[in-house]
Parts: sequence; C-alpha cells; structure tokens
Amino acid sequence: MWLPLRLTLLFLFLLLSPRALLRSGSAAVVSGEEEEFHEELLLKPLPDRKVLAHFHFHSIAPPSKSNGRHHHLFPKAISQLVQKFRVKEMELSFTQGRWNYERWGGFDPISSNNAKPPGVELWAVFDVPEDQVDAYWKNLTNSLSGLFCASINFLESSTMYSAPKWSFRITPGSLRYGTLPREAVCTENLTPWLKLLPCRDKAGLAALLDRPSIYKGFYHSQRLYLTSNASVPAETVSGISLEQTLTVVLQPNSPSSSSIHSGESNFQPSWSLSSIFGRKISGKCVIAQSSIVYLQLEKSIFSEQKDNMDNGPNSLASEGFAGGSGFEMSLDPDIVIEEENQSQHKGSSVLYGFWVEKYNESQPLDLGLKWKYPVFWSSQQAPLHASRFLMGSGNERGAIAILFKSTNSADSSSGSRHVSDGCELQVDVFQVVPWYIKVYYHSLQIFVDDEAKPIGDFVHKIQVSPSKDKTSPGMMEMLLKLPCDVRSAALTLEFDKGFLHIDEYPPDANQGYDIPSAVISFPRFHSVMHLLSNDSIRKSPLLSRFQEKNRVQSYTEVLLVPLTTPDFSMPYNVITITCTVFALFFGSLLNVLRRRVGEEERYLKAGKKKGWLRVLLSRLLAKFRGKPMEEPDQPSSESAPLIGKKLVLKVILVAVLAVAWQFYST
Amino acid sequence: MPTANTQEENSKSELQKNHGGGGGFTRWAVVAVIFRLALIYFPGNLNLSSRPEVSTPLTSIRRLAEGYWLKQSSMSPYAGSMYHGSPLLLSVLGPLTVKRIEGQPGHILCSLVFVLADLISAILIRATGRKLQIAYRKSLKSLNLPNKSTDSGALSSGDIAALVYLWNPFTIVACVGLSTSPVENLFTILTLYGAATGLAPLAAFGWVMATHLSLYPAILIIPVILLLGYGPDAPPSKLFRSKEHGKVGDGKSSQEIIFSWRRAFHLLVWTSLWSVYVLVLCSISVKQHGSLQEMFQRTYGFILTVEDLSPNIGVLWYFFAEVFDFFRDFFLIVFHSNILFMILPLAIRLKHRPCFLAFVYIAISSMLKSYPSVGDSALYLGLLGLFLDELADMQFSFFLFCGYVGVSLLSPVMHNLWIWRGTGNANFYYATAMAYACFQIVLVVESVSSMLNHDRKLTKLSTSKLQK
Repeated sequence: MWLPLRLTLLFLFLLLSPRALLRSGSAAVVSGEEEEFHEELLLKPLPDRKVLAHFHFHSIAPPSKSNGRHHHLFPKAISQLVQKFRVKEMELSFTQGRWNYERWGGFDPISSNNAKPPGVELWAVFDVPEDQVDAYWKNLTNSLSGLFCASINFLESSTMYSAPKWSFRITPGSLRYGTLPREAVCTENLTPWLKLLPCRDKAGLAALLDRPSIYKGFYHSQRLYLTSNASVPAETVSGISLEQTLTVVLQPNSPSSSSIHSGESNFQPSWSLSSIFGRKISGKCVIAQSSIVYLQLEKSIFSEQKDNMDNGPNSLASEGFAGGSGFEMSLDPDIVIEEENQSQHKGSSVLYGFWVEKYNESQPLDLGLKWKYPVFWSSQQAPLHASRFLMGSGNERGAIAILFKSTNSADSSSGSRHVSDGCELQVDVFQVVPWYIKVYYHSLQIFVDDEAKPIGDFVHKIQVSPSKDKTSPGMMEMLLKLPCDVRSAALTLEFDKGFLHIDEYPPDANQGYDIPSAVISFPRFHSVMHLLSNDSIRKSPLLSRFQEKNRVQSYTEVLLVPLTTPDFSMPYNVITITCTVFALFFGSLLNVLRRRVGEEERYLKAGKKKGWLRVLLSRLLAKFRGKPMEEPDQPSSESAPLIGKKLVLKVILVAVLAVAWQFYST
Repeated sequence: MPTANTQEENSKSELQKNHGGGGGFTRWAVVAVIFRLALIYFPGNLNLSSRPEVSTPLTSIRRLAEGYWLKQSSMSPYAGSMYHGSPLLLSVLGPLTVKRIEGQPGHILCSLVFVLADLISAILIRATGRKLQIAYRKSLKSLNLPNKSTDSGALSSGDIAALVYLWNPFTIVACVGLSTSPVENLFTILTLYGAATGLAPLAAFGWVMATHLSLYPAILIIPVILLLGYGPDAPPSKLFRSKEHGKVGDGKSSQEIIFSWRRAFHLLVWTSLWSVYVLVLCSISVKQHGSLQEMFQRTYGFILTVEDLSPNIGVLWYFFAEVFDFFRDFFLIVFHSNILFMILPLAIRLKHRPCFLAFVYIAISSMLKSYPSVGDSALYLGLLGLFLDELADMQFSFFLFCGYVGVSLLSPVMHNLWIWRGTGNANFYYATAMAYACFQIVLVVESVSSMLNHDRKLTKLSTSKLQK
C-alpha cells in the first residue's frame, strides 16, 4: 500500500525537481547579478606639498529582464539616457584648473584617466549606424545639458564636435568628441552629479565633499564614465557600468608647519581628512558593497628610508605606520597592498587600505598623515612632456606650436625596452581647432632638437579634416615617431584668424577665443599598476581600474586667441553709408548715360516747326514705342500731351506691377 | 588712288612711330621686369602675400598651396574652406609652390610665372592699343576729321597703356605679392586682344578661361560680341550714316558698318567648344576626390555668397559682417544685380565703342565684386590708358590721382592700426575702403561721361563739316 504511494511521490518529485532546480538556479543568477555600488577614496600626497583626493563611485546595473525599467540603486536618468541614445561608451568631465603634469605626474593611471582639460569634455560612442550618429549626439548633448545644468548643448552644433578616427581612442567606432574649454564648473554641476549616487552626499564618502574646501583647490575634475554592454537583445535592458570620479588637488594648511622659513618649508605639510575637507567620515553608505579609503605613497619615499635605516622591503610597510620611517599615520591600515616591482619604472607605490565600515558616528574615520622629516620624491613622468603655445603677434595671423620635451625621469632605457625594432618613440597628437582659426596644414614644420627637419622623416601618419567655415572644426590626427634620445621636438602650424559676423561673437568678444586642448598620447606606453593580486583587489573597482592597460595620455594647455572685432555699435551706420555709396554709383552713372546735350537744340528746332508737330505726333508715338533710341533725323519732341500720356502709361505700369507683386506675395 | 596713298603714308608713319616708341617701350618693359625681379629677391620679407589689399581668399597663393597640399594628401582641394580657385590653376601653380631651388627665395617659380603673365599682358595691351589706334585714325579719316592724336607725343596710347600697366604700383604689388590676379588679368586682356584683332577662337578661349577663373569677366561677352561684330571702337555709327546721306549724290561706295553675324556666331561656337574643353579638364582634375558640382559651389558659390568676411579693399565684407542675418540674402541680390543692372544701359549707349565698354564693365565689376584686390584695379587702370586720346578732357583727373594715392597710403596705415596695434577701429579701415569705392565711382562716371562728350564733339564737328 505504502509502496505505490512512495513511488508516486518519488515520481512526482522527480517530475517536479528539474523545474525546482531550474528555479533555484535562476534565482541564484538574479541574486548574483544584482545592482552594485562601490565607493572608494584614494588619497595621495603630491611632491609639491599638495594632496590629491580621488573619489571613485562605481554603480553597476546588470543586464536583466527582471528589473524592467526600474532600478534599485542605479540612477534611472543615466539608464534612460543609455537606452534612448544607444550609448555604448561615454565620458563626461567637468574640470576647473589644469593638471600639473610635471609635478603631479603624467604616467600613473590617475593622470592618464582623470587629468582632463579645463571646462567640459564629452565623448561618446554610439551603437547606431554611422549616418545617425550626429542626430543621436545632438540629442545626447541636450539631455546631458539638462541633467548637469551646464551648457553642454553648445556641443550640438557641428562646429563644436569632431569624429577622431584613431588618435583619441584605439577602437573608436562611431565616436564623437567635443569640448567646451570656457565652461565654468561649480556647485550647480556637482549637485546633479551627486544626485546620481544612491546616498547622495548624506552618507558615506561623498559626505566629505564640502563645497568650499573642494572649490578652494588647485584642480578639480568631476567625471562620469559609463559603458554599456551592447549587443543585447532588444527586449532586455542592457547592463550599464557607471563610474563617477571626482579628483581634487588640495593644499593642506597645516598650522604646525605654517611658518614658511626656508628651513621649515622642506617639510611636507601634515594633514588629516578633517583638515583638508573640514569633515570626517562617519560611516559608509549603507547600500555600498564596499567602502574603502586608500592612502597611496610612492615607494621612493621608502627607498630613502631604506638607505637611512636599512629596513627590508617587507618590513617597511609595518614600519611605515608604526612610526619607524619618515611619516606617521593616525590610524592603522586594514590592508597593505604593494605594487609589484616587475614594472620597469622606478616609481612604484604602496597602498594602505582602511575599511570605512569599521567606523561610525561616535568614532569617525579621520585619517591623518604626519611627516617626521623632510622627504623628497618626484612623480612618474610620461616620456615626453607636451606643451602648446601661440606664436606671432597681431590679430591677423599666427602659429600654433606644440613642444615636446623629454622628461629625464622616463629614462631612455624604458623606451628602448618597449620598442623592439629600433628605438623610436611613438606619439599620437590629436588636435581640434575651431573654424575661425584657419590653419594652413601645408605650413606644418617639425623641429627636432631645434633643427628644422623634413616632415616625412618623423610624421609617420597624418590625417587632417580641414575646417569648413561655420560648418565644422579643423581636426588633425598625427602619429609621430621620434628617436628615443630626442631632447625636444616642436611642431608648428600657421594660421589666419577669421572674421566673424557680429552675431557670432560671444558677449565679451575682446576676451578672445579658446582653442581646445590637444590630446597627446603615447600608444606604446601603458599606465598600469601591477598590484600583487589579492581578493580584496579583485573586488575593488578602483584598483581593478588601475590595473587596466590604458595608454599614457596627456592634455596640453588651452590656448587663448584674441580675434579682431568689428565695431558692434554701428550696424545701421554701415548699412546706410554703404547703401548711399551704391546709390551714388547707380544714380550718377545712369544720369550720365541718359543725359543728352544735343537734345535741347533739337527741341528748339522742333519748336520752330510747330505746324509739323501735330502731323508728326501720331507717327512719332508709334515710332517712339517701337524704337526708344532716337533716329538722327528724328526730332524727339517732348510736348505736354505726350508727357501726360507717358506719365499715365508709367503710372499704369507701376500700378500693374504693384498689383502683381501683391498677388504674388500673398 | 589718293586713299591708298594716304593709307600707305599712314602706315609708314605708324611704323616709324611704333619703331621709335617700340624702343622706348622695350626699354621700359625690361626695366619693369628687372624691378619686379629685384623686389622678389628683396632680402627682407615684404610679407606682401598676406596683405589684405593683395591677396583675397580667391587669389591668395597660401590658400592655393593649402589646396595643393590637400590634393596631394588625397583629399579634395575644396575640403575645408581654404581654396576657392580653379582646379586648373591648382594643377599648374600647385607644384610650383612646393618646388624649391637651392639658394633662391621660396616661391621663386611662382613669382616668375606671374612676372611673365604681367609681361605678356602688357604686350597684349600694346597690341590691342595699336589696333584701336589704327581703327580710330581710319574712322576719323573716313569722316574727314582732323587727326589730333598724331602729335600726342613719342608714345602711342597702346604703349602708354602697356607701360601704365607694367609700372602701376598696384600691378607690381599684386605680382610680387604672389596673388593669382596677374593670371586672371592676363586672360581678360587676352579676350580683349582676341576680339580686337578679330580672332574669334582666341577671344572665346580668353573669355572662357577668365570666366572660369574669376566669374566676373562673364559680362565681357557683350563687348566681345560687339567688338567682333562691329570691329574696334569707332565714333557713333549714325555719323557714318549721315555722312553717307550727305554723299549720296556722289555715289561713292558706302562705308556703313554692319554687324557681322558670322563672327558672332563663330564666337559662340568657339565659346561652347572651349567651355566644354575647360569643363572636361576640370572634371578630370577634380574627379578623384570631388565633383564638378562641388567645384562650382566652392568657387562661384563662394564668390556670390560672400562667405569670407575678412577685410579687403572692397565694401562688402564690412557690410555683410554687420548686416542683420535676415536681410543678408536681399542685399546679396541687390549688390550683385547692381553690376547686372548697368550692363544693358551701358551696352546701348556705348555699343559703338566695345573696347571702352569692356573697360567700363571691368571697372564696375572690380569695384563691386565680393573680394576685390589691387590686382583688379591695376587691370582697369592699365586699360584706361588705351583711351587716352578720347578721354583727354576728362574732369577731376588730378583729383582722382591724388585720391588713389591717398587711399593707397592710408589704407595700410588704418589696417595696421586696427589689426596689429589694436589702437584703431574697424571703422577707420572701412572709411578708406569707402573712399576708395567713391573714387572708383567718380572715375567710372567721369570716363563714361567724357567718352560720350567726345562722341558729341565728333558729331558736332562732322555735322558742321557736312553743313559746310
């Protein structure tokens, strides 16, 4: 009796189990691919007594059907943007101040990824056919403009954006790139940016962002980078990864070393989170998967110590915070990560991690760093330091020069190790010039070590899309191959300054126009941190970002070009005076042409033969209409009735014309 | 036959005079060429090639070099808005802008081409002038009027015109400043020469090329047809007719001038042939990277829409920089039709003097064109010399001369103050352009008026003779 029951139960179970298994499996998938949010902060003392704070917020929305159009953590505005405009990849940055490549480094991942040109920079890759990209770009700029309270919509006009082929990114796709060098960046841009975070600036690391202390800094760049995995079926919502970073360079004002005596000024200023931001971290954003504060120190600091104290590299980390070396941290790090020394570059670093979750309101995280004795180090430099300047005077023409100077820190051995076939240094130059700067590309000259050289020897590849008046900017992409032992190289390009219509001048026309930064990248050099792999690293989006292979990239200065202005105050005068001159020409020439000296004579003659007049009248009238030009023997008589008739004819003609015009215009 | 005798005498004296004058002309022409070469080799950089008076967006050699560079790097020369000239000019002058000779100044080969163009232009002007003079004497003789021009000095008007052309500072500056206007002028003059000598193919070629290069010579088709149809300039035809009437009783052969339709037809045939030829050449040279449509848009379209607002000696740039956008099209039409409006009245009034008509057309178009340069002024000032005898009693000539000198001195000063020093204002420079336009207007009006007066005088003389 029991047996068949058991059997049937078993059978039923077997029948149902695959479904149950399936269901549990799918549930696992969903739980595994939940939306994530990570917040991280990287602090780094800079060689010139400043502190770099790099906030990194990472939101991930996995591709899924289940969420539909709703999200738990991920900002809906961004996901709608991605869905609607088919954005595959996009980066938007608001920057104020200029990244100092010489002092703050030009080789590490932060300077390659997060050092941005002043103003707004936006680039986006779309997942649409090439002929629709421009339309999508225009819509995207307008949406972003509304989203971030900035004049990004100016990038809509075709004179403002360009489509770099190969020099800006290696795999461009349908890429559009535009910058607004003059955009002022302030809190009204930061607030909408913070609104995208799940905790806004109420909790977690973002609570540190005290506006006055941020905007007091030397450099401030907020950035938004998103990628969506394209090639998903149309009905599912594509997965998006949103990376929001804020990079600030601040000057800690430590009261202890405030005396700027020559002896004291060697000390790096001591600082703490509360001293540079005026706030402390009182716990993590509860939704965040991870919330970590890192402190990054160059290893060269330790090597100095090593020489002094003869400490082993293994023990230095523990010695560091224990107070054995030149600095002292106010808190014990939860994790110490070292950069693998396999990198050829001497500047490798150590990261100290602090878990924010361990701290709370009563015991806030206030990381401080105190230097014990003067330390010197220098940041890693890109192989060449690029700068750009204008040449010439006056408002008619000039020249743009890009100067590359070899940095001593990037020694030639590293370059040669990178390049197998002969020692050469590859440099990509990408430059966009607005249309009113009319660049003569044939005037390109190259000077290597201060000597003019033929262009073909060094310019390996050049692609130019010349500017079209009021339609598109001029774009130049160039691949230079310079010898490794080059000390300096310079490119010059001549240009004429254009003249605009008065409506095209901005409100303060005499201030001048900005030429956006050129992008200099070194395709054979990659800014990558080789960290000793660890579980915590794999989880941290910031560190995994650092471990990505990105080519070393730097931006040059924005150039300010003054343009000639017409007189804005008197368009009416110009119009009326010019028209007067034209009228003078027209009237006087016609007058000369129709004046007849001999006519009076003939008229008098005709007056004598008055008897003839009546007889001739009808004949003349017919003749006059046929031949307006007088025959030599024909007395052109101008008597009163004739004039009257002519007048009537003229009036009728004008009336007919007026009626016709009316009819036509309505 | 008495007529034959006099003709022989005439031609003899002509020959002698030409010989004597020719020596003078050759000497001065050679000196002019040497002067140009000396300026080209001038050690200091005169920077004439970027002066706004010399090089307009249409004639600038730097833009041509840019177009050539674009073409060499396998792009359309009209990509971007740098080059707006002819593709043929690009193929001829382009390689010369790149080629360097060791120890020579940069654009030496181009300069030599322009010097050569100037020289040929001068020679053609001289030949045209001689033709005109012969025709003038002949017509005077046929009217039995005294020939006053025999004692006009050592040089004939053709020689003077050629020398004026060669020695005009405007021509020299345009030639040394490497603008392409000497070449454009050459083709315009070639048209006139071909028409004056009755060579329809040559006239057609010159006209097609000149129109192709700078559009405005298109209106010269009317004087060219008249010139081929009626022959060179003569007093009004009614004079001959009235003279005939007076001589009806004598029963002599009639000298009436009839329009030769055959020649006009020839001209049209040749014009269409040459146009097709030039179009084919152009399409071959732009075929690789562009199309003929793009070429027309970039050359003629650029001329007609006045896109470039950089300052020049004309008045349109400032006008269109300041005028409100919604009026722009209206004023474009008005200003361009100002040239067209004058075509018909002038043609009716001056149809017996086609060469002078051509001069007036050239002067008007060089005054009202969108991007005028001193090279255009140089052309009509040179042609003005051809009508020295007829325009002998022109009014305001000294005033005009002073005006031209004054403007050409003041304009660079004002440009410098505005652009380079920043102490001046656009209005200062514009005022000189305005004054220049006014002087040109006075010149045109006065020359037309004195030419009409001259004809009146001839009429009076011949009628008084007839009445005697």
